[in-house]
Amino acid sequence: MSALVGERTRAGRLGDSITRPDGTAKVQGSFQFSSDLNAENCLWGATLRSPHPSARIVSIDLSAAYRISGVEAIVTAADVPGQATYGLISQDQPVFASDVVRYVGEPIAAVAADHPETCRRALEAIVVVYEVMAPLTDPERVLDGSHPPIHPDGNLIRHQRVLCGDANATGPIVVEGTYEIGMQDQAFLGLEAALALPDPGAAGVELYVATQWLHEDQKQIAACLGLAPAAIRLTLGGVGGAFGAREDISLQVHTCLLALRTGRPVRMHYSREESFLGHVHRHPARIWMRHHATADGLLVKVEARMVFDGGAYASTSSAVLINAVTHTQGPYRCPNAVVDGYAVRTNNLPCGAMRGFGVVQACFAHEGQMDRLAAACGIDPVDLRLRNAMVIGDKLITGQVIENVAPVERCIRETAALPLPDEPVGGHDRNTMRLPGGAGRTADAGHIRRGIGFAVSIKNLMYSEGFDDYSTARCRLADGVVTLKFATSEVGQGFVTIAGQIARSVLGVDEVVLGTIDTGVGSAGSTSASRQTWMSGGAVNAACLKVRGLLFDAVAALYHVDANSLSIEGSDIVGASGALRVSVLEASTGLEFDETVEYRHKPTEDLDDNGQGDCHTAFAFVAHRAVVDVDPELGLVKVIQIATAQDVGRALNPLSVLGQIEGGIAQGLGLAVMEEIIMSEGRVRNPSFTDYLLPTFLDMPSVVVSLIEEPDPIAPLGAKGVGEPPTISSTPAIVAAIRDAIGRPLDRVPVRPIDIIG
Amino acid sequence: MTDDFDSSRGLHSDVFALSEIYALHVNGGTHEVRDAWIGESLLFVLRERLGLMGSKGACEQGECGSCSVMVGGELVCSCLVLAASAVEQSIVTIEGIAPVGSPSDVQQAFVDAGAVQCGFCTPGLIMATHALLERSPEPTEFEIREELSGNVCRCTGYGRIIDAVQRVAVRRRAVQP
Repeated sequence: MSALVGERTRAGRLGDSITRPDGTAKVQGSFQFSSDLNAENCLWGATLRSPHPSARIVSIDLSAAYRISGVEAIVTAADVPGQATYGLISQDQPVFASDVVRYVGEPIAAVAADHPETCRRALEAIVVVYEVMAPLTDPERVLDGSHPPIHPDGNLIRHQRVLCGDANATGPIVVEGTYEIGMQDQAFLGLEAALALPDPGAAGVELYVATQWLHEDQKQIAACLGLAPAAIRLTLGGVGGAFGAREDISLQVHTCLLALRTGRPVRMHYSREESFLGHVHRHPARIWMRHHATADGLLVKVEARMVFDGGAYASTSSAVLINAVTHTQGPYRCPNAVVDGYAVRTNNLPCGAMRGFGVVQACFAHEGQMDRLAAACGIDPVDLRLRNAMVIGDKLITGQVIENVAPVERCIRETAALPLPDEPVGGHDRNTMRLPGGAGRTADAGHIRRGIGFAVSIKNLMYSEGFDDYSTARCRLADGVVTLKFATSEVGQGFVTIAGQIARSVLGVDEVVLGTIDTGVGSAGSTSASRQTWMSGGAVNAACLKVRGLLFDAVAALYHVDANSLSIEGSDIVGASGALRVSVLEASTGLEFDETVEYRHKPTEDLDDNGQGDCHTAFAFVAHRAVVDVDPELGLVKVIQIATAQDVGRALNPLSVLGQIEGGIAQGLGLAVMEEIIMSEGRVRNPSFTDYLLPTFLDMPSVVVSLIEEPDPIAPLGAKGVGEPPTISSTPAIVAAIRDAIGRPLDRVPVRPIDIIG
Repeated sequence: MTDDFDSSRGLHSDVFALSEIYALHVNGGTHEVRDAWIGESLLFVLRERLGLMGSKGACEQGECGSCSVMVGGELVCSCLVLAASAVEQSIVTIEGIAPVGSPSDVQQAFVDAGAVQCGFCTPGLIMATHALLERSPEPTEFEIREELSGNVCRCTGYGRIIDAVQRVAVRRRAVQP
């Protein structure tokens, strides 16, 4: 049922901008997303959710719902056969709330019925009596200890301090600011969807689901169902975008439970409103920073206090927080630091992974600080950043040394050198549609002010803090055709494209068949943390190399040559002397090699109590320059251009890299000027695409890109993940440009019209 | 809990009392729709009753364009159209835009230009692009942005999609006499 079964990737090796193997199916509408899957005799599933951010459940009455014709099953907490809770890091989130609800949207029951409309009516007929309580929505109330625990695990999810160098160090120039980052939604287009097929006798279940990490889902589902992991077989349903929101469990356990209960296939699809409530978001954060510098702008010390609102359940909050505190300094040398970071529990929506994972928030603050510092020192913002730019051998405030590759200066210089837009306000055609406000035709061209802003960032790649981070790949070569098998979630990023490129480059074949992405092979880890090019790319590369070694051994034995003298040239195996040349097809005919490899990156360490330790694996750097037009009277912004130079290590597929960069910048732009889940008293005010604004064609400017290719020697293919960096410093660059245009401090994203008007 | 189940006292007659038989003209064929709830959207009927899964639902409010189809020659969001109101009109979906196995020039350009990532918005954008180039064969970049702004893409940042549309316009111009 997977859309990728037997798909053959087209010719093309590493470095080629080949097209996606699933591209044709996607443009024809025949690619099967998880929401497109169906089965004979299938029921629909739906979820009853809490309307209150904090309440005690007094009673749940299902009788009226059961009387509705077409309702086949209703499950609640009482029906969860295994562990009652789940979670990526700590298992603190109930499958269904039983005694209390802790956020608006928390699942209470799930229904299986014959039609979505029957489901809707059944949910309406379930009677839940609540004793409503006042919600805890202000993170500061957790830190001042004025609110009793809302969860047995307490209200503080994690506190991490970083102490580096001399805590009492000062500099003649001191700047400080308090920065706020709103709650952003991943807003993938392909809503949460799954299809569960029960085994006879409820011995197990087969689940087709759009997820970022099949094996982690398998583990968590099995625990909640009280079954062995092997009894839960997962296959990736086509994924309509992810961006972090599919790392946590959402509908997986519910769908499986309903299928096991009814003995029938069940599919569950979230609505858009439900999706806003049903997955984790980017943490809203409040960050205070104070920078000390010399008169010529060299950083002496950074101080920070960061508060991340994790919402009702822990999800990945503790890891997000670590990313934030360990990236406090940005891509700059800074010998001294005192940082305190807190991730807290509230009755707001749970927050967790989103593209950039904690670094987005830290970067918005440190880049705001760098601009303040530049102004205080009377130094150009770009020059100030160059003076402080990290180089190889510099240390993070965690004591970790930046090794191998650190083209920070190049990122800055190349970004600054990219051409500025030549068009005047309103464009050459003086079209009012091009002004801020667009089709509203409200702005007066004569009042528009243009601004330019700059920002730079550093992002850790892969998992940190001692996590056993690995990926598995299987390579089979027979009769000149390679078949690859991995459980790497393809969420749109294009791993399926580069997997074929890797196999063709290593083995000299043309034809690469991709096996179904499922739990029939070892874990690939999550498609997150910019890690799959490095990790699953590393695994595919290693598996192909192992097969190549066996192929060379066979050729060496047959032709009586030294296997070590053989190499791949085009689609041939050639000997060092040039005497031997045999095609891979011919050499592998009648033979079969089948190897499975686990790839691991170098181990990382936990942070100690002072935030010291080599907790990260590797880093990528990027700079962004934004040009904006601002209407200061109406508070409207139009982004005119983004320029960026990004450290990519090596572009394995330049077209894919470009797509990641442009797409990531669009999400950074969204956070800068429009995207925010607005909550008041624990309730979401805008859970729809009418009220949660996403960048459209008209909001995205042209993007000018320079790829910086300095292969990382510890990366298996020299390539770094490219997904997250574009999202990180694009946001502060745009805000800096707006500040430049209007001459006001703007310390909050998204920047709203009222912030501009003041 | 299943002891409570009593189908004889259900809402069956209430839920589906308004169901009726109607016919939709889709991609050149006529499809009879039976036993459907009258409240079903065109998107739901296309996907769930006619098995045409290419049109996607992502917002249910006509904000994202993923469900775009042609009804009576007009580009519409099928999530906002009641299926039963689309009778007597010619409906074209992504499945009807080109013969199977032979992508249209727009479809091929989207693949070649790297305009597809997750692909969820893609069928709707293909429909919208065909409609745009029908109306305006040589759109400026700004026109492309304006005309396609009802279709949201969360992955690409739109740059490669604009490139794809421009490639088609250039190629069509080149083959014209």
